[in-house]
Amino acid sequence: MYAPDFAYYRADSVAEIGRLLRAHPGAKVLAGGHSLIPLLKLRLAAPPALIDIGRVAELKGIAVADGRVRIGALTTHAEIAASSDVARHAPALAAAAGVIGDPAVRNRGTIGGNVAHADPASDLPTVLLALGASFAVATDDGERTIPAGKFFQGMMATALGDHDVVTAIDVPAAPGGQGQAYEKFSHPASRYAVIGVAATVELRGETVGNVAVALGGLVPAAVRTGSVEQALSGRAPSAEAIAGAAAAVSNDLGDDLIGDIYASAEYRRAMAPVCVKRALTAALKQASVADAPAARSPWWKPSWL
Amino acid sequence: MSTRIFGSGIRRREDPRLITGSATYTDDLTLPRMVHAAMLRSPHAHARITAIDTSKAAAAPGVIAVYTHADTEGGLQPAPCAWLLPDSDLKIASYHCLAKDVVRFAGDIVAVVVAESRYQAEDALELIDVGYEPLPAVTDPEAAAAEGAPKLHDEIDGNQAFHWKVAGGDVDAAFAGADVVVKDRIVQQRLIPNAMEPRAALASFVGATGELTVWNTTQNPHIVRFLTSLVLGLSEDKIRVIAPEVGGGFGSKIAAYPADFLTMFCSRKLNRPVKWTETRSENYQSTTHGRDHVQHVELAAKNDGTVLGLRCTVHAGMGAYLSTAAPGIPTILHGLMLSGVYTLPAVHEDVYGVYTNGVPVEAYRGAGRPEATFMLERMMDVLAARLDMDPADVRRKNMIPKFDDGHEVVTTLKYDSGDYPGALDKVLSHADYAGLRAKQKAGPANGTYTGLGLATYVEICGLGPSQVAGAIGFQGGLWESAIVRFHPSGKVHVFIGASPHGQGEETTFAQIVGSELGVDPQDVKVFHGDTDNTPMGWGTYGSRTTAVGGAALALTARKIRDKAKVIAAHLLEAAVEDMDYEDGKFFVKGAPDQSKTIGDIALMANVAWNMPEGVEAGLEASTFYDPPNFTFPFGAHLAVVEVDAETGAVALKRYVALDDCGPQINPVIVEGQVHGGVVQGVGQALWEEAVYDEGGQLVTGSMLDYALPRADLLPDIEVLSTVTPSPHHPLGVKGIGEAGTIASTAAVYNAVMDALRPLGVTSVRMPLTPERVWQAIQDARQAKG
Ligand SMILES: Cc1cc2nc3c(=O)[nH]c(=O)nc-3n(C[C@H](O)[C@H](O)[C@H](O)COP(=O)(O)OP(=O)(O)OC[C@H]3O[C@@H](n4cnc5c(N)ncnc54)[C@H](O)[C@@H]3O)c2cc1C
Repeated sequence: MYAPDFAYYRADSVAEIGRLLRAHPGAKVLAGGHSLIPLLKLRLAAPPALIDIGRVAELKGIAVADGRVRIGALTTHAEIAASSDVARHAPALAAAAGVIGDPAVRNRGTIGGNVAHADPASDLPTVLLALGASFAVATDDGERTIPAGKFFQGMMATALGDHDVVTAIDVPAAPGGQGQAYEKFSHPASRYAVIGVAATVELRGETVGNVAVALGGLVPAAVRTGSVEQALSGRAPSAEAIAGAAAAVSNDLGDDLIGDIYASAEYRRAMAPVCVKRALTAALKQASVADAPAARSPWWKPSWL
Repeated sequence: MSTRIFGSGIRRREDPRLITGSATYTDDLTLPRMVHAAMLRSPHAHARITAIDTSKAAAAPGVIAVYTHADTEGGLQPAPCAWLLPDSDLKIASYHCLAKDVVRFAGDIVAVVVAESRYQAEDALELIDVGYEPLPAVTDPEAAAAEGAPKLHDEIDGNQAFHWKVAGGDVDAAFAGADVVVKDRIVQQRLIPNAMEPRAALASFVGATGELTVWNTTQNPHIVRFLTSLVLGLSEDKIRVIAPEVGGGFGSKIAAYPADFLTMFCSRKLNRPVKWTETRSENYQSTTHGRDHVQHVELAAKNDGTVLGLRCTVHAGMGAYLSTAAPGIPTILHGLMLSGVYTLPAVHEDVYGVYTNGVPVEAYRGAGRPEATFMLERMMDVLAARLDMDPADVRRKNMIPKFDDGHEVVTTLKYDSGDYPGALDKVLSHADYAGLRAKQKAGPANGTYTGLGLATYVEICGLGPSQVAGAIGFQGGLWESAIVRFHPSGKVHVFIGASPHGQGEETTFAQIVGSELGVDPQDVKVFHGDTDNTPMGWGTYGSRTTAVGGAALALTARKIRDKAKVIAAHLLEAAVEDMDYEDGKFFVKGAPDQSKTIGDIALMANVAWNMPEGVEAGLEASTFYDPPNFTFPFGAHLAVVEVDAETGAVALKRYVALDDCGPQINPVIVEGQVHGGVVQGVGQALWEEAVYDEGGQLVTGSMLDYALPRADLLPDIEVLSTVTPSPHHPLGVKGIGEAGTIASTAAVYNAVMDALRPLGVTSVRMPLTPERVWQAIQDARQAKG
């Protein structure tokens, strides 16, 4: 596997990434390399230059502040999976990061690269969508924030412009009592998600309150399934109600289902309600026990302190 | 024999260098003036080459040469097929190292570029213009044999490479007189061997001497040397083939490949060292694959479960060309094993070897025996289900009773020794089979169905008597050799003709010498894999290295012992007949206090100051051992699975493997071999398949799509054994390299079908992916109405 020729630059700051991107049209930033390098080696991509952002310190780390968890774009999947802050405030994200690929992938791959690459079989877009995350992006003229709902636009397509760099991902801390779960049907070879379902549920007394459910692996970009959310919200959380709500996922799948030699589109369509049901069931289990109020944490406490 | 050394689970001496990254593989080597080759491979499964323009590539930076078929005319013969299966109407199509006029699989080599760096060579590949006129392709062996199928080779009708038969007993009478006949169509899907180290060659031809040295990741350097002499037209004595560290093979490094020969050809043309290492993608699309059978099987039996006869037709996909040993795999190593561990009165099998537009198919761990075991063991379960008997009972009813010196079966093989009922019973009691069945009867819990799967097997190892090799068309011998050399200090060098590549014989062979001669295994160094400084040997495959090479070594050590005894008698001033030997010490019978160690003798023999009359100096011996028969390891495996009926997902919950390979030289190594083997067999049942699309493109072209077994998907493997020595082997040992693979595919498949029985599912194509299992459940539900 031999990549075509490219120039290599290393940036030390976010500002320098921007400068290098403007100076080298067509250049790509290189984070963990676990999506980009395979494309180069298969000669499916041939950018004239790579800009290595791996040493940009300001892009690393996890902190809790203002009711949200801020995760630097260069934070690895393994760091997210091991973070007690993430486990506490965004347990579905911790769960998803912990089932990405294998240890080597989790030790190299970054959350920024994962969302920028926007593979429909990735785990993090799905969970970040369900959690209502937003993306801090450095652009040619400063900073902007893109909500997850606007970020993922299609098969490996995002709202990022050519010179845009994701700097951090903000995830709202789970409100007290919210249950979260990530249910993954893994591909046995790649370990990517054949189907990934992220769910958050809140309980209001005897009935289900807010529900958010997002799907990955099924359609070209991660999506929320409003039909399921509406069907469950306000209902008593019985097994029948969960199964009934899960079945409503069919309304939101459309005709553009992904299929391959391992799992056909028809099979994925049949499995979608099963995975949604399992995700909701797991999330509800957490909801019934997790009733402590969201922790107030000090301003900007990086995980390495 | 000292049990202290023989039978002790000492650590593999290979491992420190392997796990610290200090081992030297072919690709680690660099020679002065070395340049790099890259192969242009056909993107088409079948196409006529209308034009090739290499001019742009030849002018690219760093490029030294570009060759196409026309350049090799006269300098390179086709890659040979070396198993000329008799009585089979064998038709060998020329496997040109560079495609001539037509490409026949996606991966067939069209041109080779040599450049200063591998990157430059790869870049230049993109500059070669090849005109292709695509032709229809066929990759399924049954479809390729059908009327009207695309024809691969002009001179070969019906794409038929061979038609081989095995017959014994009166099979027609067996079926005519049967109470029940059960049938199935079984697809043994195409598999990719996936050695950890991809294939590589470094060739260095020195014009001034006319000598060629080749470092090659191969299982059999002496065979590569011999074939190289034929293909390159060089005298065999001018060729040295070295297999440095070899990172696994599983059969895929038996063949001598076009890319190897091309690397040598380029070196000879350019008078410079040339290195080629395949990428993993190249490995998938050009290094030999395994299995690829479509099997139609029928079993005839009586109502009480007594088996009367087996009848089958197999279409074995051979790929586009016949690889080095390919014709023997689905025939000799498959059809002759159809009696399994059972008393089978009659058998008839037709095997059609079929050319297809795929990568050539060769031996893959188990090589023919897994495909035979699966057929038989599957039919045993189908029969049990039909008769509503327990699968263990049907097996036991038909098993050959315990024997310890020869049992002839209907396929004419003479098994050496076996206790098949003993193996089965031990597995059943260890696993509490009755208890598991009772639990299963309670029915599924939460949509999860439990299944139990058995597979018993006997396999053929220790290939084999050379006379038989000749009779079955194998173009070589199958003996093995060993030289044992004592140095003055008592340290030992062992040189063997076999070529271990991960199995651990550097350790076990040191244990053999250690136990035969009373030296510390640490003081025995084993050399292998270099045709210039090891004796001739036929290679490491077919679980033969210990079974044949180990015998050569044991006999050599005994020759040394005999000579040492003569010297010791002389030094102790005693008659040879009065000498005794124990644990490395020679002494006069009854007087063990006055003794000479093997070290004392080694020193004296090497300085030769005081030798007996007529005895040569030195303490060294060699043996060329041609085995009188094959060896026949056997065993019984049990798999316990759970099937999630809602998704079709299969989870392997428990695996019990009992393998009898005779006395175990090193039980830890045996266990390692069983683990690896079992896992590869489970891979076939549950995950692995090389998939070609309609056009002959390999869809599972990388590890992103080809699902290898992963540790977290497997339970602990419970390893058991019994010990039934081979009566004809000097150490009684049989072979363990392939055992696990041979039984485990059938055991896991049977377990899944057992789980699915209440749902009405009787057959699912492997690998048993969730979708296939789920679909089968849906289909069965619909059929039930
Ligand atoms: C064997 C294997 C298995 C995998 N399994 C899974 C899995 O199960 N689930 C899963 O979700 N993923 C999986 N992945 C993908 C893995 O998570 C990748 O690491 C991730 O998708 C990309 O992150 P990276 O840091 O490696 O990005 P890179 O490969 O370095 O970059 C990917 C793309 O994102 C761009 N990019 C990177 N960082 C930024 C940034 N900060 N701003 C803007 N653009 C940026 C790059 O230019 C490039 O286009 C797997 C990968 C492999 C190799």
